[in-house]
Amino acid sequence: MSFLSVRDLVVHFPTVDGVVKATEGLSYELDRGKTLGIVGESGSGKSVSSSAILGLHRGTNAQVSGEIFLDGVDLLKINDESIRRKRGREVSMIFQDPLSAMHPYYTVGNQIMEAYRIHHDVSKKQARARTIEMLERVGIPQPDRRVDDYPHQFSGGMRQRAMIAMALINDPGLLIADEPTTALDVTVQAQILDLLQDLQREFNSAIIIITHDLGVVAEMADDVLVMYAGRAVEYGPTKEILVHPEMPYTWGLLSSVPDVVGDTDAKLIPIRGNPPSLLSPPPGCAFHTRCDHRDKVPGDLCRTTVPELTPARAGGNHTKRCHLANPDEVYATEVLPEIAPETLEEQG
Amino acid sequence: MFAYIVRRLFAGVIMLVAMSMMTFVLFFASPIDPARFACGKICSPQQIAQVRKGLGFDRPVWEQWKDFAVGVVKGRDYPADKSLQKSAPNLVAHCAAPCLGYSNVNVTTVRDEFKTRIPVSFSLAIMAFIMWIVGGVGLGVIAALTKGSIIDRSVVGVSLVFFAFPTFFVGLFLLKFLAIKWGIFPVPNYVSIANGGVWNWLVNLVLPGLTLALFYMAGYVRMSRAFVLESMGEDYLRTAKAKGLAPRKILFKHTMRAALTPLVTMAGLDLAGLLGGAIITERVFNYNGLGKLAVDSIAVYDLPTIVGLVLLLGSFVIVANIVVDILYAFIDPRVRVG
Amino acid sequence: MTEMDPAVGAPVAEPALAEHHAASRRNPDAQQVLSVENLRMYFPVKTSGIIRRTVGHVQAVDGVSFQVPAGGSLGLVGESGCGKSTTGRLITRLLRPTGGRIDFDGRDIAQLSQRELLPLRREIQMIFQDPATSLNPRHTVGAIVGAPLQIHKVLPKDKIIPRVQELLEIVGLNPEHYNRYPHEFSGGQRQRIGIARALTLQPKLLVADEPVSALDVSIQAQVINLLQDVQNEFGIGFLFIAHDLAVVRHFCPEVAVMYLGKIVEIADRETLYLRPHHPYTQALLSAVPDVKQAAIGGRRERIRLEGDVPSPILPPSGCRFRTRCAIAQEICAKVEPPLLQIAPRHKVACHFAGELGHAPKEPVTMKVCGVDAHGAPVPGEVPDVQLNEPGFSDRWMDLKTGQLTGA
Ligand SMILES: Nc1ncnc2c1ncn2[C@@H]1O[C@H](COP(=O)(O)OP(=O)(O)OP(=O)(O)O)[C@@H](O)[C@H]1O
Ligand SMILES: Nc1ncnc2c1ncn2[C@@H]1O[C@H](COP(=O)(O)OP(=O)(O)O)[C@@H](O)[C@H]1O
Ligand code: SF4
Ligand code: SF4
Ligand SMILES: [Mg+2]
Ligand SMILES: [Mg+2]
Repeated sequence: MSFLSVRDLVVHFPTVDGVVKATEGLSYELDRGKTLGIVGESGSGKSVSSSAILGLHRGTNAQVSGEIFLDGVDLLKINDESIRRKRGREVSMIFQDPLSAMHPYYTVGNQIMEAYRIHHDVSKKQARARTIEMLERVGIPQPDRRVDDYPHQFSGGMRQRAMIAMALINDPGLLIADEPTTALDVTVQAQILDLLQDLQREFNSAIIIITHDLGVVAEMADDVLVMYAGRAVEYGPTKEILVHPEMPYTWGLLSSVPDVVGDTDAKLIPIRGNPPSLLSPPPGCAFHTRCDHRDKVPGDLCRTTVPELTPARAGGNHTKRCHLANPDEVYATEVLPEIAPETLEEQG
Repeated sequence: MFAYIVRRLFAGVIMLVAMSMMTFVLFFASPIDPARFACGKICSPQQIAQVRKGLGFDRPVWEQWKDFAVGVVKGRDYPADKSLQKSAPNLVAHCAAPCLGYSNVNVTTVRDEFKTRIPVSFSLAIMAFIMWIVGGVGLGVIAALTKGSIIDRSVVGVSLVFFAFPTFFVGLFLLKFLAIKWGIFPVPNYVSIANGGVWNWLVNLVLPGLTLALFYMAGYVRMSRAFVLESMGEDYLRTAKAKGLAPRKILFKHTMRAALTPLVTMAGLDLAGLLGGAIITERVFNYNGLGKLAVDSIAVYDLPTIVGLVLLLGSFVIVANIVVDILYAFIDPRVRVG
Repeated sequence: MTEMDPAVGAPVAEPALAEHHAASRRNPDAQQVLSVENLRMYFPVKTSGIIRRTVGHVQAVDGVSFQVPAGGSLGLVGESGCGKSTTGRLITRLLRPTGGRIDFDGRDIAQLSQRELLPLRREIQMIFQDPATSLNPRHTVGAIVGAPLQIHKVLPKDKIIPRVQELLEIVGLNPEHYNRYPHEFSGGQRQRIGIARALTLQPKLLVADEPVSALDVSIQAQVINLLQDVQNEFGIGFLFIAHDLAVVRHFCPEVAVMYLGKIVEIADRETLYLRPHHPYTQALLSAVPDVKQAAIGGRRERIRLEGDVPSPILPPSGCRFRTRCAIAQEICAKVEPPLLQIAPRHKVACHFAGELGHAPKEPVTMKVCGVDAHGAPVPGEVPDVQLNEPGFSDRWMDLKTGQLTGA
């Protein structure tokens, strides 16, 4: 069994308007030293499903079911106290907005030390020394002075570095990074991504990186999980999925973002309409309301039947959730020529 | 920080000057003759003229204000008129700085009147303040933690009921049952510490304090409940949870500190307002505090006392504002360090 | 959560002009609708003493010059805090500049009073980043989009609603929805409302400040396509501000890169993205994670930029980028590099301007600055003062020969 193994994870939130089905039957595996990228637009259930690993939905009205094995232990079965002891020690999480993720009234050092002392019975002095060491490791200049600064005195990039220091101070096996660079400039994003990769090599941790930027996934992740309306719609090795995507939503993600290299003849093809409400997701394939290819599927299948996660035509460990019989051909003949005309010229 | 405080105090003094001017102008714009009131029930026109002269009401407004302002800084003698002073030197009353005027109605300087009233109002205010902060915040936090439960709803509901009842009703109710009928507390009657010792002082304050506290508490229950709930949604609490911090520590170290900060402003200003006297409660329990003084002096058009009260209250509020801001800087590093 | 719920009740009409677009092209014959010269904006910094003295200035925009062609677009990119939005607010005259010229349609509007500006408000419009906060939640969509028509009294009252409906249709919203409130729409739809409002008076210039940054990836493309549509249809000039280099590349045939209040490089798209000559532009571009590259194998070598952007209150002497520049030398601290034209449509402000990995050994700016290789003034040499003009000249300095050449 893998280091982290999520099986059939379901997270529902009962509300006055009905049940919000934030995650439906999500499964994935992740080994130490590897990175999983979870992509999808906002509201697709990326954060909700990942915070379930830390048990952050406990004590709320959320209904969570399925299995989450971390190092062989099912995190959904153990009691509140046991999961609390694992948080920050075996699984850590960093968040999108590093300013609001830190308490404004306590110094950065105080908050990092706290994370260390929860799990280690050490004196304040020792914890402080360790904190300074960690700040130095994540590249904060003059860590012995900056340790006493408040979060608002740090720049955005430094704050995210401090969050990373806090998350890794107990050397956890799994780090969940929820859009760690969305609020940052590209140059700072590059620094943070580099840092995460260096630290991963050093600590041999598993990383889940949540993002809506396929570029980040391409650079960081070994595997990708594409989520739409609470479900995994495509899952497999990064290279496979970026080169041979077989699900129209993934095509949409690829074709709706411009690029800094490549041909300027490339067209930008938006995904029509808006993301669906998770209160009443469309029946059948949740993407059918926006899919340009549903007519290629015979009958009313797309509208009535949820496609299973099936192996991709290209093979490998790559699975997708779509009724199309020949997605590889459709992609090569209809999508690729629009978004990457240069590749065709190269080929002939 | 120091420069900031100086700047604020300076602005406060200017505000007080403006306030006193406005009170003077408004007072004289009114059609009622203050000298008539000051003179007493049966008064001949000559007597009225004399009183008017004695109080200086016959001179232009701005001159009166100037005398008043000088009195605040240097002190002054009454009656203001030099010839009257000469004719009856034994009746001249000296009013030391800061002199707020001389009240013919109470036959004493406003300053001395305040001296006897302030301990009463302050004792009452502080008693009520402690009760409503402890009760209001405590209940608010409990309500927030049990959000949606029966406890939450009854706390919020009951505090609303007390808020909705008029203060005099709650006061009379407590008086009737707790003091007169069941005799749990003595019928309140202000006893200073010097006269009756701490215990007597305290026991006599419970009922009027509670009356006031119940009124203020409703707001504090709702506010602290709302702030705690709001801060429970903050990202940094999610971080605290994700570090593996124990729930009790999250509540006390992270949630409460952030949630209760905004209450500092409210509490400071409420306390300042109350220090200036609780009009209804003081009347119900027959406490001779500033609130009762205010009602009485307005009823008889006692200008010097009214002006004095306005300034006193104004300075309480201004000082409270400054204190609150300084406190804020201590609590919130974003205000303190650049 | 509310982001998507309104979508259920408000089906999107297919945009009237829907067509997928390749990147926008430059029209070489276009006149300039906007010409900005040496624009400066300094915000005073006050002490916290008893008497508040001004102790310095945030040099948010410091000597910026550029042109926007009629019906064309110029992109403005850079890290947060570099002065992009301030530039936009200056041009729309929401701020009064400290100095410089803003020639709009042949008239300098930099120092006009608010009253004199009123007629111009019709011609220059702005679209904001956050569609949620830039629309008044208490007004209906019809009121929001129709307000400019009323304020400027361009249409009789009974003509306003039909015009509003027409505009809603243009931006791909259901015209029947003019009676709804902004919160009933999703983020992307709200941004469409913002665009409709900006189009109401048929402006000549649109300042779009991060118009798609707050939107979901799948929605961004919808809005970019829409902006391209309205640009083509109505011939509107765009100053397109964004930090997303890819989006800017798609929308703007010409792009200016800002760093700490100054333009460090400005060029046509092909040059800027393929052969950037400024070390900052090179670093910025290499930091962008790239799907296609990674997909076909390996990632590009990244240039790591160390540290943070310095404070705009005390910017570094000489070249403002020198604290983070890998190839900085003595001269960079002493002499500010001028924005030098080095090709028909390419200007760069760097003493060692050159393609990545091919920086020249000697400063290329010695002659124009009248200094030697170490930045010391050379007696007798007069610095060229004509360097901060907007637009491009017919003559430029050839980097290979160091000589002034022309087309
Ligand atoms: N406490 C809650 N109660 C009800 N619904 C919730 C709750 N938390 C999340 N949701 C819903 O769950 C869905 C998934 O949310 P999630 O935060 O995981 O999205 P996401 O993919 O991370 O989006 P973003 O990129 O905006 O962070 C959304 O529809 C959201 O509205
Ligand atoms: N009203 C203001 N007072 C002082 N400084 C300001 C003000 N507005 C903007 N600035 C500063 O000007 C610089 C440029 O800001 P801005 O143009 O908003 O940056 P961005 O490129 O993110 O849009 C920043 O350093 C910012 O802090
Ligand atoms: S299942 Fe049908 S609707 Fe869904 S993505 Fe595939 S083709 Fe489109
Ligand atoms: S002028 Fe000098 S410091 Fe500035 S970018 Fe060029 S080489 Fe770097
Ligand atoms: Mg999220
Ligand atoms: Mg901005």
